[in-house]
Amino acid sequence: MINSPDGSTDLPVRSGPDLPDILLIGINHKTAPVALREQLALSTDETDQALEFFQKSPNISESLILSTCNRVEVLMAVSDRDAAVATIKNLIARTKAISMDQINNAIYVHSGEEAIRHIFRVAASLDSMMLGEPQILGQIKTAYRSAVRKKCTGLIVNRLMHKAFSTAKRVRSETGIGGHAVSISYAAVELAKKIFDSLDDKTVLLVGAGEMAELAVEHLIHSRRSGGLLVANRTFSIGADLAGRFKGTPIRLEEIPAYLKLADIIISSTGAPGYVITGDQVRPIMRQRRNRPLFFIDIAVPRDIDPAVNRIPNAYLYDIDDLQGVINGNIETRNKESVKAERIVDEAVLRFKDWFENLDALPTIIALRKKLYAIAEAEMARTIPSLGGLPAGDREAIQKMIDAMISKILHAPTVFLKNPGGHRNKTVYLDIARKLFNLDDE
Amino acid sequence: MTLMTVILFLYLLSAAGYIVFLFIQKPVLHRLGFGMLTAGFLAHTFHIGDEFVRLGFFPVHTLHHTLSFTAWTLAGVYLILKYRYRLNILGSFAAPLAAVVAIAAVCIPEVPTEYGHQLKSIWLILHVGFIFIGQACLALACGAGILYLIQDHAIKSKSNRFFLKRLPSLELLDVTGYMFIFTGFTMLTIGLITGFIYAHQVWGRFWSWDPKEIWSGVSWLIYAALLHGRLTSGWRGRRSAVMAIIGFAALVFTFLGVNIFLEGHHDKFTRW
Repeated sequence: MINSPDGSTDLPVRSGPDLPDILLIGINHKTAPVALREQLALSTDETDQALEFFQKSPNISESLILSTCNRVEVLMAVSDRDAAVATIKNLIARTKAISMDQINNAIYVHSGEEAIRHIFRVAASLDSMMLGEPQILGQIKTAYRSAVRKKCTGLIVNRLMHKAFSTAKRVRSETGIGGHAVSISYAAVELAKKIFDSLDDKTVLLVGAGEMAELAVEHLIHSRRSGGLLVANRTFSIGADLAGRFKGTPIRLEEIPAYLKLADIIISSTGAPGYVITGDQVRPIMRQRRNRPLFFIDIAVPRDIDPAVNRIPNAYLYDIDDLQGVINGNIETRNKESVKAERIVDEAVLRFKDWFENLDALPTIIALRKKLYAIAEAEMARTIPSLGGLPAGDREAIQKMIDAMISKILHAPTVFLKNPGGHRNKTVYLDIARKLFNLDDE
Repeated sequence: MTLMTVILFLYLLSAAGYIVFLFIQKPVLHRLGFGMLTAGFLAHTFHIGDEFVRLGFFPVHTLHHTLSFTAWTLAGVYLILKYRYRLNILGSFAAPLAAVVAIAAVCIPEVPTEYGHQLKSIWLILHVGFIFIGQACLALACGAGILYLIQDHAIKSKSNRFFLKRLPSLELLDVTGYMFIFTGFTMLTIGLITGFIYAHQVWGRFWSWDPKEIWSGVSWLIYAALLHGRLTSGWRGRRSAVMAIIGFAALVFTFLGVNIFLEGHHDKFTRW
């Protein structure tokens, strides 16, 4: 029958140097101290200016800038890797007044597969200071929007970002990397939800109106739709201030025992040297509360609440170390889950690499030839038997005709795909060709 | 293979699904447990109905039949709960319990017993039906109580993160337990009253100081005290959970222990 091509080809094609390289340059919390990160961080205007600058630079065809408090990274498609790296470094040295030594010490440069993996890991929050924190994905989406608005992205960065988003989503839904609280206020809410079925209509009593109390109560208040807030503070006016901001009621420290009847969750953070709430105060209250549970969160050092409270039935007390213990356990869980997440990222990197490498002219032309030969073979298999016993010479002639037809059909596309014209983006045409002939079986 | 073996097999699959769910919290597992339990329950319903028709009276005259009927009510009450509450974890208690009771039923052979017309009384059917449904509710209340104590300990001791992560909130466990006790107690009360009426018809008196009657009374009083305490002085949480477990222990003794260790006019129902 027909000799189908075995992957080698007689067509004079070779991998052109004009397939761009994926390049990622950046600094993060692991490579640069906060002082340097501050200096390098870009405002929205600065980001736009830098994007415009990259657009004009001849080596850079696509670009995207991500600037958060823990990282500044530039993702690019470049034609000349070294030149692009030099461009970036010079830009930093020029605009940020940082010495080249300092830059070289803090900066990392990834290209190709490493760059793909890095951006996927960042989006999936595997590279974050707090593993699994959810903000980074939103920050990358914002960065991508800015780059798109400035028309700085093209085929490669667009696909890279879309794959980064879907991979991050998969990591989040298939692993426990984002599950379970890893901050004091989240851990407190997580625990409260193990005591109370819902935090709605639960009354929160703040003892001490300091910064810690405010941080802790903020998340708690956001986790419920309704319920009261009481603020007790030594200096009444400060307590009244905080109460005012969260629509609560200020009370005096001496009134705490009376209000324990109403409160469900007590957060204590005073600077008092001794216990502000003792077991003897709480015990009679439980009767009056008809044993409805009480949850005490003591984030003060020295502690505000008598540890004996935890021994009273239906009263639960967590001090700062207990909360830290919960958090450490959760971090451990996240670390375990990150192994699964890395595997998901690896898969995504491999798939992207396959797609990217096929953007070269040679594999596309080979795939095109294979497709045409497959069609010819299938049609021959249907037709030849109906012609009866065909002499060997005739068969050879038909084979030759098919070879010639395929060569001629492919001639013009081959020449074009190898060089679509100086100013045109070759990868776009390769991508279109692959889609037009359905070469990727998508 | 008899139908009862198939039913047992379904209950066991359900129990396995729910137990694995306790360890690996994948929703597919509790759905499997739920599906198998539903299938088992439907087959069991058919089986009991079939026996009813075949024998011509309510099939609760031997230990085999009472155990089988107990497994059926346990499965049924849990399935009804599933519709109203999102307490999948209680399945890890209910399904294995139903399976264990079903195993006991299969292991104890059916023995032909002579019976009189007294087994056909509507009061007997009502008496047994209400008592058993009440018992199943109180069994689940006991399950909720056990889960409550485990979770309470996990929160207080701050050490056991396995249960802390898997069990629902104390409040939900407490409310569910209360709901079961309330329903179970009501059923039990109706069951006892219909029992008195039946006793009056058969033996000519409402109460005859039979050991089973005494122990039923004790169990009933425990639950009555629990409900009274909750309504008047707020017995909830820990104490309520402990009482639910004690009450259920008394019930189990009433159901099995009395027949094994003591004698009375209920003994022929648990003969084997």
